[in-house]
Amino acid sequence: MRVTIRLFARLRDLVGAGELACDVPAGARVSDVWRSLAERHPGVAPHASSVSAAINADFARMDAPVADGDEVAFLPPVSGG
Amino acid sequence: MDDLVGMTAEPLDPARVAALVAAVGGTDGAHGAVVTFLGTVRAENAGRRVRHLDYEAFEPLALRTFRLILDEATERWPAVRMGLRHRTGRLQPGEASVVIAAASPHRADAFAACRYAIERVKQIAPIWKREFFEGGDVWIEGATTDPHDRAAREQAYRRACV
Repeated sequence: MRVTIRLFARLRDLVGAGELACDVPAGARVSDVWRSLAERHPGVAPHASSVSAAINADFARMDAPVADGDEVAFLPPVSGG
Repeated sequence: MDDLVGMTAEPLDPARVAALVAAVGGTDGAHGAVVTFLGTVRAENAGRRVRHLDYEAFEPLALRTFRLILDEATERWPAVRMGLRHRTGRLQPGEASVVIAAASPHRADAFAACRYAIERVKQIAPIWKREFFEGGDVWIEGATTDPHDRAAREQAYRRACV
């Protein structure tokens, strides 16, 4: 199945794109999507421990399951305000 | 009602947000205090002279987060009515990046709710700023966002009630 990855701020700069498609096997979780991203773009790997995630614009844990067509966002540490 | 939370590339209007929260529940004097917090761009940061900041947001999640923050605040301070708007795009030193307004029958709750909300914005709102300074630029990275982290929420509450 295919999901769309959304990236912001430093993560987007490291990958060079704010949005990319990602094929993952059925039953995949957010962490599997991250692993797939880090395999294709090793520059993001060191950020694994500080990244947060969202599925379809709602906060999600790394162990949350993803479905075909989902938008999975990875969020570096925030700095609003 | 939805104007009470927002994300905009246009300059913020704190007086308008303050007037909106003051009008929630009627303009017949229900509130004894309206506190407005304005976050502004500092010209100096970590010893660097700041030229400008570029703010970006994951807008749908940021708006959802703003509503969550205001819900948390009104859970603690039920009489308070609040608004929260954040700016995106390029901001010069002195410009406002965020406005939070709180109206309440008594000033203590309005001050506390405002402080709580800005602490929570900094902890969990999916917004990022890139600082352009004399000699380079850098992504500013603060907290790893986790709205379910109870310790972070308690820390924001303690700061609000100091």
